[in-house]
Parts: sequence; structure tokens; C-alpha cells
Amino acid sequence: MYWTTRPRRSYRGRMAVTSPAPVRPEKPVAQGFPRRLWASTVGKKAVMAVTGAILFGYLLAHMIGNLTIFFGDIDGYGVFLRRLLAPVLGYGGLVWVIRAVLVLAVVLHMTAAIQLARRSARARPVGYAKRPRAQGGYAARTMRWGGVIIALFVGYHLLDLTAGVLNPHGVDGQIHANVVADFRHWYVVAAYTLAVVALGFHLRHGLWSGLRSLGRAPSRSAAAALVVALVITIGFLSVPYAVLFGIVR
Amino acid sequence: MKYTLRVWRQTGPTATGSLVEYEVDDVTPDMSFLEMLDVLNERLQLAGDAPVAFDHDCREGICGACGVMIDGVAHGPGKATTTCQLHMRQFDPARPIVIEPWRAAPFPVVRDLVVDRSALDRVIEAGGYISTRTGAAPDAHALPVAKPDADTAFEAAACIGCGACVAACPNGSSMLFTAAKTTHLGALPQGQPERFTRARTMVETQDDLGFGGCTLTGECTAVCPKGIPLSTIARLNHDVLTAAMRGD
Ligand code: HEM
Ligand code: SF4
Ligand code: FES
Repeated sequence: MYWTTRPRRSYRGRMAVTSPAPVRPEKPVAQGFPRRLWASTVGKKAVMAVTGAILFGYLLAHMIGNLTIFFGDIDGYGVFLRRLLAPVLGYGGLVWVIRAVLVLAVVLHMTAAIQLARRSARARPVGYAKRPRAQGGYAARTMRWGGVIIALFVGYHLLDLTAGVLNPHGVDGQIHANVVADFRHWYVVAAYTLAVVALGFHLRHGLWSGLRSLGRAPSRSAAAALVVALVITIGFLSVPYAVLFGIVR
Repeated sequence: MKYTLRVWRQTGPTATGSLVEYEVDDVTPDMSFLEMLDVLNERLQLAGDAPVAFDHDCREGICGACGVMIDGVAHGPGKATTTCQLHMRQFDPARPIVIEPWRAAPFPVVRDLVVDRSALDRVIEAGGYISTRTGAAPDAHALPVAKPDADTAFEAAACIGCGACVAACPNGSSMLFTAAKTTHLGALPQGQPERFTRARTMVETQDDLGFGGCTLTGECTAVCPKGIPLSTIARLNHDVLTAAMRGD
């Protein structure tokens, strides 16, 4: 488009190549907003940021919903959720809509993450013989493994408290009883703790980095991300530990 | 003082290399790191061996030619300094020093510690310029630039293209380099017409050349000899996404 682009193309092949450096392959530019986005590493990160924000919004609502176990009737909350918009979507319809959105978000988030991770591996085929601990934060280094831990946990968690298959009580609709049956066992609490702490790290870097991926770098966002991640971590962990220590029974 | 070095030796781009151990004697604390390598090379040549190839030019931290991985840190110890600005007093003679070339698929090793960084030139060619009428120099005050914009541009313009950001990045990404260039040009009025296209084509080029994607780990800024801030990357992301949305 600009004057340097065309001559460079026509020189190609006529000049003797003396350097082993890579040459940009000729390929068509992606057309249309979604394709353009997905074709670029920056676009893929933007997709991860937006889907991450959706998942974060869900987590916030989920955490607040969980806290009804302290202040009210969590079984009633479950019924309330299923009755929401029931005239339009039918009983439990909203829950299915949310599930569909979450599945789409998780698939996009993970696909982009895996593709970017594989590209990174290709960009550094030979490693360093000596490499001290990374200078970046712990959270930044654990995004990929943290994400895998969280994904495995979500599978277990759905079988536990949604499907009830892995729950010691496991009766549909008896949310309070299911939760209490779970967290009386220290090993269940341990599994949830591991996952939620991994989630906290994931969120801390994810929130901070997501803002930047979308082109925003507000001041004090590192501190804000830390506070939000802590609130989510503590909020989620409060329920298992309350049951373990007999505060909720 | 006597130092033990473990230096990457590789005879050519396709040869297999390895770390080779050398002892360098008569090193003084005020010798620079590259002078220490010069001493080693004199000895090697006297003994009839091939000297260790390494890139360097200005030896005062302004050209961006030098740059090796020293004990796994790009440009070695010392904040915001290039390899040529290091002194031997910063190193403990009791500990061997591991010296390796920048590692990234788009930076093939030419020989020993020298890598071919022309991939960065390809990124610059893709948009690291402004299109303007040439001719007589314009009046100094013809185009006022707001102080904050001038500061942002100047800070980014300090990038010397050394490639340490790529070498340090766990993703092998050249994002900090590209962001420095797009911030430098995109913050100034002269760079506005091509601002979004520039960001898009430069990122497309670095993607196509095989650099990794940025995950904002911050390894790059930590070693950047010019302290280019991570905020430049947020700005680049903003411009690339704007280009994708506007179809620029
Ligand atoms: C440790 C504290 C947590 C507790 C006590 C908890 C509790 C629950 C309960 C009771 C349900 C079933 C709700 C229902 O059947 O109406 C549920 C569903 C779910 N939770 Fe959690 N949860 C916790 C942490 C998490 C975390 C950390 C995540 C995400 C990473 C998560 C993601 C989900 C998902 C995706 C569902 C399924 C939504 C659905 O399709 O029904 N939960 N959780
Ligand atoms: S951004 Fe810093 S580390 Fe990267 S090339 Fe420029 S000066 Fe070197
Ligand atoms: S030799 Fe010029 S920056 Fe080091």
C-alpha cells in the first residue's frame, strides 16, 4: 500500500540472500473483523480478554450466590435462579442460556490460549542452558498450568455439585445438603482450596493483563487486580471452610 | 583476577553448537565485559584457535549491536544497561559466567554469540516510518507537540533495537520492540495518518516472521537497556484493535 511495500516484493528472489533470517511469507491479509482478530496474536489475546471478562462476571455472580448459604436459603436461591425469566425461557431456561454462553467463552478462551502457547514454543525452539527464575510475577508464569488446573477442577466441580455424581449426598435441588456433605471431608476442601487458589493467581494476572490486551493501562490496576482476586478467592473459600469448621451445618 | 567462562561456540548457522569452558587470566575490575572477551580472543588467536564471534559497535550503550545472554539474563546484571556497559567488577570470579546468544526462531545464530536480527528490520519496513513531503526543513514551531505526547514518544524512541526483549521473553515475542516503534511514531502528530495501519502491519509482520505472542509477563522491560515501559504494549494493542475494527 505504501511505497516501500511494492518494491520490496519485486526485489524478492532477485537479491542474493546472505542472511539466515526468516523472510515474511506471502499470504493474503485476513478479511472481516472476526477473521482479522483471530489471525493476529493481539486479536487472540483480545478474544481471551473478553471471554475472560465474561467468565469473571460469572464467577462474581456465582460467588455472591454461594454466600447466600450464610445469609439465607441457598436451596431457595437455586429455585430463584431457575425461576428468573421463566415466563420467557421456561423454568431453568436462564441457567441453560448462561451455560451456553459459558461453554462458548471457555472454548474460545482455551483455544486461543493453546494456540498462543504452541506458537510461543515454536518461537523458542532452543532454550537457554542457564536460566534463572523468571523476573515476572509468579501469577504471570502460572497462567498456563493454572488454567489447566482450573479446567480440570471445573470438570470435577460440575460432576460434584451440578450433576451430583461425585457428591456424597448428590440430591438434585438439595444444594445446602450437597454442599455440607462435601465439605465435611478435608480432602474435598483441599481439592477446592487448590483450585480456588490457582484461580486467584489466574485472575490476578488475567485481570491486569486483560486490560492491557484491550489497550487500556489504568494506573493502580495491579493493586486493583490483586484486591479483586483476593475477594474472589476468600469469597469462594469461605463456604468450604465454614462447613469444615462447623459454622455452616 | 581470573574468570571461568562457559561460552556458546557454533561455527555456522546450521552447525550444532555447545558450551565451551575457558579460563581468562589478568582481568582487572575496571575492564568492561567486552574487553574481557577481547582478552580471551587475543589468547585464542595466539594459540591458533578461532576467536569467539560477538556483535558490538559503539561500546557505549547507544547502537544496539551488542547483546548476549549472561547467566540467563539478557545484557547481564545491571539495570537498564547494555552488555557493553558492564564492568568485570560486577562479576564474582569464583562463579563461572555462562554466555549464550539470543535464542529465538526468528534470530538464527550466525556464529558463536552472533545472531541475525534482520527480522526486526522486516518489522520496521512494515510500517516503522512516516510518509511526509521532503524538502526544506519546516519551521521549528510549525507543528506544536504537547509536552506529555513528546515525553511518551521520546521515552519510546530510546529503543536501540537490540533484541533483548525477544531474548528474554518466554514467548519469544518482539512485542516490546514493536510497541516502542509504534508508540514513538504514533504519539506524534506526524505519525497520525498511518497510526492504525502501521500498528496492524507491524504486528502482522512480526507474527508472520515467527515471533511469539505477548502474554505480558514483563520479562522484556526488566532487561530492556532503555527501560521501555510495558504501557507501550497496551497502546500498541489499542491501535491494532482499532485498526481491526475500522478495517484500516
Ligand atoms: C469453592 C467454592 C465453590 C462452591 C461452594 C461452588 C458451588 C457451586 C454449586 C453449589 C454449583 C451448582 C449450582 C446449581 O446447581 O444451581 C456450582 C456450579 C458451578 N460452579 Fe461452582 N462453586 C465454587 C467454586 C467455583 C469455581 C472456582 C469455579 C470456576 C472456576 C466454579 C464454576 C462453576 C461452574 C462453571 C458451575 C456450573 C454452572 C452450571 O452450568 O450449572 N465454581 N458451584
Ligand atoms: S525495546 Fe528495549 S530490549 Fe527491546 S529492542 Fe528496544 S531497547 Fe532492546
Ligand atoms: S556496542 Fe553499541 S550498544 Fe553495546
